[in-house]
Amino acid sequence: MNANPDELSASEIARSIVGHRMTALSVTEAALARIAKHDSILNSFTDLTADRARARAKAIDAAIAAGQNPGPLAGVPFAVKNLFDVQGLSTRAGSRINRDLKPSSRDATLIERMEAAGAVLVGALNMGEYAYDFTGENVHDGPSRNPHDVTRMTGGSSGGSGAAVGGRLVPLALGSDTNGSIRVPSSFCGIFGLKPTYGRLSRARSFPFVASFDHLGPFARNVGDLALAYDAMQGPDADDAACCTRAVDPVSGLLAQDIGGLRVAIAGGYFQKNVFPEAVEAVARVAKALGATKTVEIPEAARARAAAYVISTIEGASLHLDRLRRRPNDFDPAVRDRLLAGAMVPAPLVDRAQKFRRWYRAQVLEIFKSVDVIIAPATPCVAPKLGQVTFMLDGVELPVRANIGIHTQPISFIGLPVVAVPIPLQPMPIGVQIIAAPWREDIALRVAHALERMGVAAAPRPKEF
Amino acid sequence: MAADPLDSYIDVVGKALALPIEDAWRPAVKANLEVSLRLARLVDEFPLPDETEPASVFAA
Repeated sequence: MNANPDELSASEIARSIVGHRMTALSVTEAALARIAKHDSILNSFTDLTADRARARAKAIDAAIAAGQNPGPLAGVPFAVKNLFDVQGLSTRAGSRINRDLKPSSRDATLIERMEAAGAVLVGALNMGEYAYDFTGENVHDGPSRNPHDVTRMTGGSSGGSGAAVGGRLVPLALGSDTNGSIRVPSSFCGIFGLKPTYGRLSRARSFPFVASFDHLGPFARNVGDLALAYDAMQGPDADDAACCTRAVDPVSGLLAQDIGGLRVAIAGGYFQKNVFPEAVEAVARVAKALGATKTVEIPEAARARAAAYVISTIEGASLHLDRLRRRPNDFDPAVRDRLLAGAMVPAPLVDRAQKFRRWYRAQVLEIFKSVDVIIAPATPCVAPKLGQVTFMLDGVELPVRANIGIHTQPISFIGLPVVAVPIPLQPMPIGVQIIAAPWREDIALRVAHALERMGVAAAPRPKEF
Repeated sequence: MAADPLDSYIDVVGKALALPIEDAWRPAVKANLEVSLRLARLVDEFPLPDETEPASVFAA
């Protein structure tokens, strides 16, 4: 076995530590050293929790020495988007304003659950301000940079999560996805990301954006690790009003199940428009590997994206209304101006968007009576250049920032579970969404795992890291 | 030339909500509001039965 922790998956790290071939402390030190070496370029971390990580790693080593098993993620380093509460840190959520908050007194539920499974938190990660972002750029902390080409965007808003996992600094990270913020950086940074069903994973003690769309989830470089983290974090939580009360539904043991009986369809219409050739190629590779020839039309997807946009802007505005009054100059101007506009959208239009949402959900659930999996682009293109403002889509010049998420928004709008799988095109990777019916993360993960085994989906190693 | 009604709307709603909008921000706020209203119009145009419940349903 390769004893270099840089090269090991989370599951290999945990097995090596439990098997006394490595110590949790040595793995933690190696992660901290990688971060120290590379993060001045990637700019993925905003906070390091080195002392805490070393103490935690020592405790794990002590537990193993005492004959205990610290869990399936024993000694695995991970990091979280800086909208997760981390005890002792102010939850900045990518903003300047939130740095004035009192340090958190308790970790987010998902951090507690990762650590209960043995994982070791090493820090908090860069993100777009208040998660209202698809680029991974941040005016206060600087942009996170794409590990495959540091002149390009990571995607956002969980940009630091994409850079840290794609750049091999940590094997696992957590992020949030309101309209695409896990799936977009997964696509641009060439890694796997899971946006679970809305309500599946607790959001307790994380900073919100759009309450009715917010999801939290993991990033990894392989599907087994993604499932391990997901399994560790499942379960009801009374501290999140939207968290489901379903029993834990572990998937790690199901990944290798045959997918031959699954009915796979390609998303047509809207999802085949506004795409660059690389997105078409990525979807075609996945479709071919899965033997998918059927196309399904998700009805009114453009309207769904529009409704998601409207609900996001007004819920975001409502969340930040008082900060907009008191500290408008401390926002990223681009975020502030969108939120100010969001505060002015008339209420009846928002109510209609929420009613349309119920109609649309019923239509899509009808599709899932005859289909198990829908495949669609995760992003219309590979990562744009940092600072790029527009791109040409179907002959029309459009703003990059607003349009990166056009294929993710109609899916998170109704909370469907999605695994973003990386297709290692050259020179830049791009992701494909594997979409399943609500609560069927197992199906999306099994398909992702099959694509990984076939060599169609893989997290490519960056040349520089 | 007549004033753009959206400018008046931004003035009035901004005041009603006590939102500070400096002159330098106004073009971007207006541009964003135009996008939001255009997209909201797409939703508004879609006919729905009167009985349609919103996605979130209150449970007592």
